[in-house]
Amino acid sequence: MTTRIFGSGIRRREDPRLITGQAAYTDDIKLTGMVHAAILRSPHAHARITSINTDAAKASPGVLAVYTGADIEGVLNPIPCAWAIPDSDLKAVAYPAIASDVVRYVGDAVAVVVAENRYQAEDALELIDVGYSPLPSVINPEAALADGAPQLHEDAPNNQAFHWVAAGGDTDAAFADAAVTVSETINQQKLIPTPMETRSAIASWSSAMGELTLWNTTQNPHIARFVTCLVTGIAEHKIRVIAPEVGGGFGAKIAVYPWEMITAFCSMQLGVPVKWTETRSENYIATTHGRDHVEYVEMAADANGKVTAVRSVVYAGMGAYLSTAAPGIPTILHGLMYSGPYDIANITADVYGVFTNSTPVEAYRGAGRPEATFLLERLMDKVGDAVGIDSVEVRRRNLIEPFDNNRDVAIGITYDSGNYSAALDQLLGHIGYDQFRHDQEHEREHGTLRGIGVACYCEICGLGPSQVAGAVGFGGGLWESATVRIYATGKVNVFIGTSPHGQGEETTFAQIVADEIGVDVDDVEVIHGDTDITPMGWGTYGSRTTVVGGAAVALTMRKLRDKARVIAAHLLEADEADIEYEDGQFFVRGARDRSQSIQDVALQANVAWNLPEGIEPGMEASTYYDPPNFSYPFGAHAAIVSVDPDNGHITLDRYVAVDDCGPQINPMIVEGQVHGGVVQGAGQALWEGAVYDDNGQLLTGTMMDYAIPRAHLVPDIEVHSTVTPSPHNPLGVKGIGETGTIASTAAIYSAVMDALKPLGITSLDMPLSPEKVWRAIQASGYTGNGHGHDHGHDHGHGHNH
Amino acid sequence: MFAADFEYRKAGSIAEAVQLLSDNPGAKILAGGHSLIPLMRFRLARPEVVIDIGGIANLRGITVGGDTINIGALTTHSEIAASADVQRSNGLLAEASGGIGDPAVRNRGTIGGNLAHADPASDWATVLTALGATVSAQGPSGARTIAVSDLIEDAFATALAENELITTVSVPVLAANQRAEYAKMAHPASFYAVVGGAVVVTMDGNRCTAASVAVGGLTPRPVKAPSVEQALAGTTLTADSIGDATSRLGEDITAAGVDIIGDVYASAEFRAGVAPVEVKHALMHAIGLAHH
Repeated sequence: MTTRIFGSGIRRREDPRLITGQAAYTDDIKLTGMVHAAILRSPHAHARITSINTDAAKASPGVLAVYTGADIEGVLNPIPCAWAIPDSDLKAVAYPAIASDVVRYVGDAVAVVVAENRYQAEDALELIDVGYSPLPSVINPEAALADGAPQLHEDAPNNQAFHWVAAGGDTDAAFADAAVTVSETINQQKLIPTPMETRSAIASWSSAMGELTLWNTTQNPHIARFVTCLVTGIAEHKIRVIAPEVGGGFGAKIAVYPWEMITAFCSMQLGVPVKWTETRSENYIATTHGRDHVEYVEMAADANGKVTAVRSVVYAGMGAYLSTAAPGIPTILHGLMYSGPYDIANITADVYGVFTNSTPVEAYRGAGRPEATFLLERLMDKVGDAVGIDSVEVRRRNLIEPFDNNRDVAIGITYDSGNYSAALDQLLGHIGYDQFRHDQEHEREHGTLRGIGVACYCEICGLGPSQVAGAVGFGGGLWESATVRIYATGKVNVFIGTSPHGQGEETTFAQIVADEIGVDVDDVEVIHGDTDITPMGWGTYGSRTTVVGGAAVALTMRKLRDKARVIAAHLLEADEADIEYEDGQFFVRGARDRSQSIQDVALQANVAWNLPEGIEPGMEASTYYDPPNFSYPFGAHAAIVSVDPDNGHITLDRYVAVDDCGPQINPMIVEGQVHGGVVQGAGQALWEGAVYDDNGQLLTGTMMDYAIPRAHLVPDIEVHSTVTPSPHNPLGVKGIGETGTIASTAAIYSAVMDALKPLGITSLDMPLSPEKVWRAIQASGYTGNGHGHDHGHDHGHGHNH
Repeated sequence: MFAADFEYRKAGSIAEAVQLLSDNPGAKILAGGHSLIPLMRFRLARPEVVIDIGGIANLRGITVGGDTINIGALTTHSEIAASADVQRSNGLLAEASGGIGDPAVRNRGTIGGNLAHADPASDWATVLTALGATVSAQGPSGARTIAVSDLIEDAFATALAENELITTVSVPVLAANQRAEYAKMAHPASFYAVVGGAVVVTMDGNRCTAASVAVGGLTPRPVKAPSVEQALAGTTLTADSIGDATSRLGEDITAAGVDIIGDVYASAEFRAGVAPVEVKHALMHAIGLAHH
């Protein structure tokens, strides 16, 4: 028996082309006769357009056309929102591709120029004369809902996009009876996803064929086709969407944006291919942001720290319009996860979606679950403090007992399987928790500020059963599909509906195929991202690609194995019931020298010279897999930080992650996902945040101002795991794409608060910048002896010659 | 990001570059391009003529002669950091250049371009001010020497005439009894100095006989700190004496008559508050009282 390919940390086959620059992203594609679009964007957060004069721009060298909102009226339908949360009074306000009367955020499109090259298009943008009459604007979602706030949409009074409440148990009674209650105000700051590849689209319209081809940096080409059909009116079967190499998405490439619809419009008007590619500055204002909650949260517990209830009032910023999946993020993916890994009998989530004069908000890695985890962990720390027990002990007293098949939680969902305390135990061992607490006592006596933070989490992913998707207002299904073809030479093509863009499924899906049917992994090629070639699928987000799409691949292979068994029996002149399968070989029971390989069978199936009666030629099968439930990965993470009391600088000293995503197809890819996820969550805790001024101007509008995490600021991340299979899918897998982000913001924040605990500092807004920490330390009256401290400075020993 | 139209000229010699500058008022010099190109791509700079000096070989390279290190204006930060001559004769230069931006910036950015751009958050301006470095500037009527402390006049403003070009940066070799250090609070996105403190101390055992101290990042131009220097000179350096000396930094900034910069990342109050801390850290490290 050779090493099993499922579970083997083989190298990602995607990497050679990415590392050597041979991968082709949308902007790398050049079509014959292709011209270039540039979009004029509003410099105002809120203004009425009083006039637009495009004459000079149209006369500028190389310019082919200039279009404004008036030109698209009646041609392009508004951009639809695809997640209409039921029973929430959701206001589906008009979202025009180009604004014609009012602009509602800095970045709203006002006009588009098409020119022979991009420089000419940019020159012409400067010649468009737009008259604006500025209107008052509002950025903070809580302020936007208040009386007297500037109003964005006539159809949405008080800027309320929706109001959604989910509850289980009797929360008010539990709070009334509680021995201990704690509360916190949490500012989940607005984040800018910053994928390496900015957004880009090429539209090529063939009037002769009545067909549109759209190359598009998307996480979900089939959804993009569906929405393009709705916006342009072109029949769905006449639209081909291709997602070439996609350089990261993190949720920001789920949405169907006005920009690619404008690009399609330009191509349809001019009859030539049109390319539009975002600049980085444009990406920061025109591609969706994440988070943006103001939260008031409370927890109730008994005198022993057993939590009895949690409740929230959340103001979730939606930005100026409802992006494709936006309403589902703070509701279904956030409010329904208020139990986390804990046994909490009474839960109420009260969430307002609010329009603000800022870039629309969408899913961002973790999408709702980081916010849910953060508030639970924050409150858990506070309960521990209130009843006087250690932060790990309070978690231990509340974790759900191990279960291997279904556990209902009060909010009304059913977890698949979990062993939360096992993950916590392993974590504490790896990080040396008790030793740290021992050392910390002595360090605190000397004024050293070091802290440890532990975050337990359970998240919802593997989206999801289509029936549930329909019930919660998602405007599509959430099943996945695979078509697998084994050729006469024994080589295999796998066509999938999902659309990986960095997660490595070209490798892991080949591992599933190789494992299921015994072919060499290098004989398998995975094809995705083209609606003309691949079967329908709903895309890559919510850590669903492997859980749902991988299951479709596995089930397809099992169908092919069953067919191969019938053919093998025929070729071996044996009864089908006497055929055994192992490692790509079909044997006659008791006569192992009589065998046919999967390749032998594939050859016969494809040439069809000698097939059993009733068996069709070919070696191809498809599966449309709709999962019976979501999956619920879980784990426990810990961070150790140092704080320099003199200048507020935080150093991340150690980070340990224990995650359970069920059986791991490729542990190296799992580890990579955890690394990336943890670092992205660290970014929210320590560095990242979109900052606007009072006029709605983004002040962190470039990569010189908006600090994404850098490698040298992060320690080696120690990655461990437990394995608890999900009973709900054929591979037992749970998803790993977002767990790091879901846990790390909470763990790091908690560690900083632990470090500052001797000073009586209990709460600070993220990101935890040196200035915020320094101000809090100054205000605390800290007098610790700072001599000999040495943190966070880029300097060495004294230099002489 | 797409620059507006401009005319590109490539200078083959220093004299030709100076001539092109004289002939084209408002022209910009292109060295490493790490300041100019982003400004042009944002269309914040729209020079009609760009003069590329990248091909002028004698603007590049490091020589050490006697007590001076001469660095060609086109020498990159990476080349300075990696130079054995620099490491041997003035370790602070090597260390400071190794802490600028990130590797891509260091591989393209030049010391002359950095100084001519005069970004208040520049590490070089502060470090070279503390070290007492000078530049040689070539104009139509010849060369002149300008102290770095005089070169940087204000944020993005220098003493260079429109048709003058920095050709060489000259830095003293550190003496055996001198120790030098730079400590900065780096912006987490750009790694520019939010506050940077550079120190050079001349030691006689544990006693400081002379000190040169400059801070930058928080001020439009680097500020020398004579009160701190005087407090250090003649003093046995301990954590306490260093703390006493650096507590006078505010007086020096006030006396310099400059505003303290505040922005979305760090307020003026915060920068003023932590500037003495950075200078203190630099001093502690310089004399080995603090370690990594």
